Amino acid sequence: MTTLDAKIPEGPIQEQWTNHRFDINLVNPSNKRKYEIIIIGTGLAGASAAATLGELGYNVTVFTFHDSPRRAHSIAAQGGINAAKNYPNDGDSVFRLFYDTVKGGDYRSREANVYRLAEVSNEIIDQCAAQGVPFAREYGGLLDNRSFGGAQVSRTFYARGQTGQQLLLGAYQALARQIALGTVKLYNRTEMLDVVVHDGHAAGVVVRDMVTGEISSHSAHAVVLATGGYSNVFYLSTNAMACNVTAVWRAHRNGAFFANPSYTQIHPTCIPVHDEFQSKLTLMSESLRNDGRIWVPKDPEDIRQANQIPEEERDYYLERIYPAFGNLVPRDVASRAAMRMIDQDRGVGPLKNGVYLDFADAINRLGKDVIEARYGNLFEMYERITDEDPYEVPMRIYPAPHYTMGGLWVDYNLMTNVPGLYAIGEANFSDHGANRLGASALMQGLADGYFVLPYTIADYLADWLNAPTVPTDDGAFQQAEAAVKDRLEKLLSINGNRTVDSFHRELGNIMIDKCGLARSREGLEEALDAIPKLRMEFWQTVKVPGTNATYNPELSKAARVADFLELAELMCRDALEREESCGGHFRIEHQTEEGEAKRDDVGQAHVSAWEWNGYGEPATHHKEPLAFEYVKLAQRSYK
Amino acid sequence: MDLTLKVWRQDGPNTPGEFKEYEANGISEDSSFLEMLDVVNENLIKAGDIPIAFDHDCREGICGMCGVMINGHPHGDQKGTATCQLHMRKFSDGDRIVIEPWRAKGMPIIKDLVVDRSALDRVIEAGGYISVNTGGTPDANLIPVPKAAADAAMDAAACIGCAACIAACPNSAGQLFTAAKLAHLNLLPQGQPERYRRTVAMVDKMEEFFGSCTNHAECEQACPKSISISTIAMMNRDYIVAKFKDRRKAGQT
Repeated sequence: MTTLDAKIPEGPIQEQWTNHRFDINLVNPSNKRKYEIIIIGTGLAGASAAATLGELGYNVTVFTFHDSPRRAHSIAAQGGINAAKNYPNDGDSVFRLFYDTVKGGDYRSREANVYRLAEVSNEIIDQCAAQGVPFAREYGGLLDNRSFGGAQVSRTFYARGQTGQQLLLGAYQALARQIALGTVKLYNRTEMLDVVVHDGHAAGVVVRDMVTGEISSHSAHAVVLATGGYSNVFYLSTNAMACNVTAVWRAHRNGAFFANPSYTQIHPTCIPVHDEFQSKLTLMSESLRNDGRIWVPKDPEDIRQANQIPEEERDYYLERIYPAFGNLVPRDVASRAAMRMIDQDRGVGPLKNGVYLDFADAINRLGKDVIEARYGNLFEMYERITDEDPYEVPMRIYPAPHYTMGGLWVDYNLMTNVPGLYAIGEANFSDHGANRLGASALMQGLADGYFVLPYTIADYLADWLNAPTVPTDDGAFQQAEAAVKDRLEKLLSINGNRTVDSFHRELGNIMIDKCGLARSREGLEEALDAIPKLRMEFWQTVKVPGTNATYNPELSKAARVADFLELAELMCRDALEREESCGGHFRIEHQTEEGEAKRDDVGQAHVSAWEWNGYGEPATHHKEPLAFEYVKLAQRSYK
Repeated sequence: MDLTLKVWRQDGPNTPGEFKEYEANGISEDSSFLEMLDVVNENLIKAGDIPIAFDHDCREGICGMCGVMINGHPHGDQKGTATCQLHMRKFSDGDRIVIEPWRAKGMPIIKDLVVDRSALDRVIEAGGYISVNTGGTPDANLIPVPKAAADAAMDAAACIGCAACIAACPNSAGQLFTAAKLAHLNLLPQGQPERYRRTVAMVDKMEEFFGSCTNHAECEQACPKSISISTIAMMNRDYIVAKFKDRRKAGQT
């Protein structure tokens, strides 16, 4: 075990980012064109980084497995993006956004990174407004804000219930402009299957053209992974079907440390599962908790329709238990409270697996028109899926896997421990600690892509001025290509009797049961026993139809599930070794008398970063100690 | 419910395709259309056949990745609904459903129901943006945007780029997609400096790939985000103004 150095700049936190930008190396404008940078992924982080680096003059190559950069799953983010503008004049500040984010993350994030995030948050809003993102406006033409969980100020900017879509289109359009100008080259329907490390430095990637099956190598001076999170390890999650851990996992297998893999977020407001054929879960934005009230019947035997249950027989449990924050407690707290209600058999709906989110009071108070203007598209989406009209009957919601705070370990410059390999957006671990607050993912993705990476990458690149990239006929690339081809051939040749989806579903069941909302030593040990067996079965009995020579989505899926089967084990191991409860990581052995998460700030105030030691070998546990100088450690209280 | 599917199968861009029939039995009414196809595919794989290739991703109606012709209608005939949001309760037991890919010369078939929509990216690259670099932008509240303008821009910006409008059009015209992006940007104060240049560039690029608009308005019917063809009128007006008065040079509004 070694102790990791995050390279946090010296000085007071308010001056660190400013000083750091002065202290690091720069690449002069005419030299930028001598550098090649590869970016994987075109979500908020990847598209904004690619556009910005292209504008600066670097030669950028971007890969996406989608047919267009605009499809990345950032597009599905609904509620909004935080910034410390304090436009509503309600007492917000950079320091308050920083403080709320560290507290919301249950004191398991790195102070310096979070402060920088809060600092650049305002620039993001300026940037997006200039790009023409159609944010919601007041009648006077100025920007509107709304509230989100874990904050007592209104700091969330939004574009109806489609904020992620509009921010992504802004970044995509900026990227399209650079593609037209020739500074960025885009490869669509191309998936990254390996990172190539040469002489200790990231040298490029091996990719596969998903239409033709062609495997090729691409070299660069630096490689940036912006490939999102890994919630699909749970099979059913709010992630899009194609979201996967492959790029990040391949980097991990090539030496990059994986940090806090067990920090996963279960989002409290998803539409409940209806039956076994369900392929994914749909989120209902947290913003709905601004106006919706969450409740269950007081009596578990009560099977009346929601509208027939009188007020005094309802338990508005969040308002009862957490009067200060009420329905706007952070996600981990809301999810666990819902789970407790369902465990007490007070769940609602045909499978008794949900709680009510009720808009009747808000509609009475504000009128249907106002509610429709705020959430119309979400209500419509709900109606499409459930065949129920949320203007008339309360929504039913259920906690479901949504976001992963864990990811590749990065230092203050967003570089992994492999020099020249960067991770940005959800793919890294950096800013949300053990629980992400609502409307902070969009903020972080764009902060990393627009305002952090484009500065910090120069610090590394400056040392490589006039150095050629590693040629793709080098042994390192040839070996990686051969390994990728072998693996795909192997998957196609097993020709067993079980589909990829059946393995993915079984893995998901293990993970949600043993490494989901509540975790126990016993359960995690069972999972650590079951996962390697399932993985072995996968490699013996999976059936992947078709060939590599044509468009074959089942082959891509098989390779991704194979990686999930490796990641799952690391998640359980991390959850087992973190002997405390914090944020989204809830170990039932560590809770207060009231059932709240109980941290161990003496023994566990660190980032866990895991080093790959080979297939089937236990990973090595490294630690980065977390120091809290500006935020006072306390048990989170939202009461 | 039990259904019969008639599905277009085609191995690749240059191979001939054909319809094939499949039984879809024991489908839940609560399943989405794509979940129904998942069930069919899982059975095909188990039987040693090649599953039906179709594009899909978010399954929340926002990414724009999915989209097939269902009984001759893009995304099926439920108004304002993408294929992934269409649920099987809208069909009846015993139904026969015809499923085809988008068909347009500008969107060649990759395999089965999957088509190549990269022409849409080329149209955006031609001018579907506001030319600002990262950094140095003024405070977001410095430019007030009338609420009505912001709302109308957002209505147009809701386009998910699925190309149902093109699939619906008897001329395979790309007008609604192009006009939606132009309306989004041209309605906002931030979009004014490039308004006419943008309109001409995007329209000209669009015409390299797609047919001409002859006001059938099928696109509006098919749009899963119910984007109005009034955006096309606005685009045509701006195009004419740009061409005849050549306001591109002056950058006037």
